[in-house]
Amino acid sequence: MTTKMFGTGVARVEDQRFLRGHGTYADDLLVDDPRLLHAAVLRSPHAHARILDINVDDVLEVDGVVAVWTYDDLTDAMAEPLPLLIPHPTLTHGRTQYALAKDEVNYVGEAIAFVVATDRYVAEDALDRIRVSYETLPAVVGIDAARKAERLVHDDVPGNVAARMEQNTGDVEAALARSPHRLSLDWDIERSACMPMEGRGVVGRWDPDTSRLTVWSSTQTSTGVRGCISAKLGLDLAAVDVITPDVGGGFGVKINHPWPEELLVPLAAKTLGVPVKFTEDRREHFISSAHERAQQHHVEVGFDDDGRIIGLDVRFWHDNGAYIPYGLIVPIVASTQLLGPYKPEVYRVVFDSLYTNTVIVTPYRGAGRPQGCFVMERTIDAIAKALGKDRVEVRRANFIQPDEFPYDQGLIFQDGRELEYDSGNYPALLDKLLTLIDWDGFPAYQAEMAAQGRRVGIGLACYVEGTGAGPYEGAHVHIETSGKVKVATGLTTQGQGHQTSFAQIVADTLGVRFEDVEITTGDTRKMPYAVGTFASRAAVMSGSAIHLAALRAKEKALRIAAEALEVDEADLEIADGVVGVKGTDAQIDLGTVAVLSNPLRYAFDEASKRATQFSVGDPGKPPVAEDDEPGLEGKDFYSPSRSTFASGMHAAILETDPDTAEITILKYAVVHDCGNVINPMIVEGQIHGGVAQGIGGALYERMAYDDSGQLLNASYMDFLMPFVTEIPDSIAIDHQETPSPLNPLGIKGAGEAGVIPVSAVFAAAIEDAERIPITAMPISPSELFELRRHHNS
Amino acid sequence: MKPAPFAYRRPTTLDEATRLLTEAPGAKVLAGGQSLVPLLSMRLAAPDTLVDINHLPDLGHVSVDATGVRVGALARHAEVLTSVAARRSQPLLALALANVAHATIRNRGTTVGSIVHADAAAEMPMVLTLLDGSVDVVSTRGRRTIAAADLFAGPLESTLAHDEIAVEAFFPALPEHGGVAFEEVARRHGDYALVGVAARVLLEGDTVTSARLGFVSVSDVPVVVDVTDALDDPAAAALPHLEPADDIHASADYRTQLIRVLSPRVLERAIAMAQGRNHV
Repeated sequence: MTTKMFGTGVARVEDQRFLRGHGTYADDLLVDDPRLLHAAVLRSPHAHARILDINVDDVLEVDGVVAVWTYDDLTDAMAEPLPLLIPHPTLTHGRTQYALAKDEVNYVGEAIAFVVATDRYVAEDALDRIRVSYETLPAVVGIDAARKAERLVHDDVPGNVAARMEQNTGDVEAALARSPHRLSLDWDIERSACMPMEGRGVVGRWDPDTSRLTVWSSTQTSTGVRGCISAKLGLDLAAVDVITPDVGGGFGVKINHPWPEELLVPLAAKTLGVPVKFTEDRREHFISSAHERAQQHHVEVGFDDDGRIIGLDVRFWHDNGAYIPYGLIVPIVASTQLLGPYKPEVYRVVFDSLYTNTVIVTPYRGAGRPQGCFVMERTIDAIAKALGKDRVEVRRANFIQPDEFPYDQGLIFQDGRELEYDSGNYPALLDKLLTLIDWDGFPAYQAEMAAQGRRVGIGLACYVEGTGAGPYEGAHVHIETSGKVKVATGLTTQGQGHQTSFAQIVADTLGVRFEDVEITTGDTRKMPYAVGTFASRAAVMSGSAIHLAALRAKEKALRIAAEALEVDEADLEIADGVVGVKGTDAQIDLGTVAVLSNPLRYAFDEASKRATQFSVGDPGKPPVAEDDEPGLEGKDFYSPSRSTFASGMHAAILETDPDTAEITILKYAVVHDCGNVINPMIVEGQIHGGVAQGIGGALYERMAYDDSGQLLNASYMDFLMPFVTEIPDSIAIDHQETPSPLNPLGIKGAGEAGVIPVSAVFAAAIEDAERIPITAMPISPSELFELRRHHNS
Repeated sequence: MKPAPFAYRRPTTLDEATRLLTEAPGAKVLAGGQSLVPLLSMRLAAPDTLVDINHLPDLGHVSVDATGVRVGALARHAEVLTSVAARRSQPLLALALANVAHATIRNRGTTVGSIVHADAAAEMPMVLTLLDGSVDVVSTRGRRTIAAADLFAGPLESTLAHDEIAVEAFFPALPEHGGVAFEEVARRHGDYALVGVAARVLLEGDTVTSARLGFVSVSDVPVVVDVTDALDDPAAAALPHLEPADDIHASADYRTQLIRVLSPRVLERAIAMAQGRNHV
């Protein structure tokens, strides 16, 4: 009997390959092709400047340089700005950059020229030969400068405002007016970035004999990249294949597309007729990919004696960088997911999305939720403090209750659908967390530590995460005559372990051996209809689609097997790849069923002999019935009406050093509800990684721009991504499984969750240890030291 | 992040190496490469020639005698760190080296290379200075010994001539009644210190006859301050000699605070070590 795979912590089968160094990333491709050329990009050294002249006369003199492109060499659609991927009615002043800068640059790192040479070393030598004359302009750096708007990023965008958006659930002024208590609060989150270990990478190969383009990109959406290349290069979609090789991390930055290089590499490959590769280096990743997080929030909150929120009025300013190709997703997510598991009587949010002369802002794991969570959770802490109440009790007073689902928050979410929570149980989740962190025992511990001169503090934060956004994903399941199962789904994989988790679904649904299932992702040749891997959607979307497609394949297998075995379908069961008649020894393996599904004229091996014309079929009927197809396959798509909402709560105990202000994590606890769990080991791995990234965002990482728009810490030496030594050795984790009613497997997304509440938790714990309000994150020991001085003076 | 073109030479004798340096005034010596190679890749340095000394014989030693520890130019940090004899002779070496970057960097980076790279944010130039050590350098003009006090000229600038190769560093042994200690505060394990402080003390009986502190990351060149007469408040005595500065990781005031916190701490620890050795 097949063991149930769904819900089991199966070890990731892909790890053998990755840990042994056998992964194949974009930079590993075509290395043996002697024709392969390498690209390098000249990037703006100025944050804001007009380009007066670009002189490339000396470039082609460099031995090994093959070609150079500037804006003037681009034609037709390539000469138009890059697409604004997600338009929105309130995005009245959307601006995107050109593949190569036209007349003006708006951030340090913006692409200006593209050089192709025999190797990357030569290509970089050539960059030094390009002479660009600039007229530098004053730079707008940071939200304060953007709001003041004394200088403009784009001449035709007044106030630097790309969009102003408002949502409300009622008359917030009236709600505030009738509240017995009111607070006015300001919260601030700084810039950070995803920083995947592998940067961006693109390889393009043009086949002149067939006029076809093959592109490999380290992307989170191969279908999106394919569509852009087809549109920009004027190629039929059918002439373009985009393949996603192994991807060394995405975390959001690789969902934005097309990057200039994703168009310029194919253009160069097609123009030159030879393969071309671009591999982004670390400095480039810092200054020419994407950042996130920076927001300033002002909150007016009114509440009753129990801390129940009556009116919540949030005004915030979002730094979207120099351009806004990914639209308003981040601020919309921040403004809606801010509410978390709570139900204020009336909520209003207004935000401005602002241009600055810095790297563009696109979703980074959490995508606005860490900011929203920070604002909401810190606001609740402030309410508790104002009322002299326990922070836990104020949260309980504001929770949506288990019998209130589905719960409509009365807002429109990032996918254009209602912000309606499908299921959850927040009070029970909080109980689990309090047990895990020993909340009730903490005051005694804190007093005990204080007696030793040690400062410890505890903090907690709750969040709700909309996961599995549409529009759809699909899957194709093919059972070969060997009995092996080949599955294709179109979204991409950048470390999630899809070969393992998706194969678990197929093994259970189809009744085949886990090791007989092979999953292909992100290859437009195998599945041209797909969206991408972001928004914690892969398991929900492709997991469901794969399940549905496997059911279709199973349906057909049972039909053919029933015919072959001359029994009723209802009497059949499939286990370990064998279709058997319940209660008897009669059986037929799936490989044979696959043989029978495909009537053949020619026998090419022993197995296929059984499917040839003198062996099978009723001579009175067509070999393939009118409503049937040859082959044992199933294909289906999953398209949900709206997102499904996962939830979680974190708590931490921190220690702050009274002398050095260093911050040490003593204990970290996570409770998490992502519905039915496919693979608990993978989910816990996602939580570990998310928390680690959250620790980076809370205590270490920031983008240190100076006033002129130079990024001062564009290296791993000065951008302080935490090492394993900065992450706690263990994170206490407990799961709760509240199935989603929206999909056939009852699952919710888990990819981003771990990162969301970390800054809120740490700010609360530091505040508890220090008795100093913590209103801005991240925080360094030096900043804590300065806060102490300021507070004590 | 690819280096500009350069010529690569791999001499197999010291004579050949010094001759190559004499012939190529724009050459740089490559040993462990942990500082030089990133500088090349960022094109912050573009020497016309690299003289790779990794294939020279007889420079990988960590040898110890009664006077102290001699570290050859090709001895990796990890080899010095794990040498029991070196640790017994001069315990400060291991105490400081444990804070030098990470294991993978220590496996490749050389102690002598780190010293002549002359970064005042690095531990080993300060250690050499605090201990009154020295470096032996060789060129076609012969061999000479440079005392640590004369070695550091400015930020990332040593007094080696361009044609000289540092072949050995000498760290004097800790005297019988001596003690040392080291502590630093860094943002992450293995990062450059925001502030690091080392102490070396000598005792006669229970009397401290010499107490000196060495500082990391708060000056342009390694600074050592004699605090023998300021045991009660060593930081106050040291601060006038130091220039803690603001950068993106810490304010000058925070660095001053760390100097205040770490100085008495390491001093006390060094005295405790000396007292412990006294009583053995």
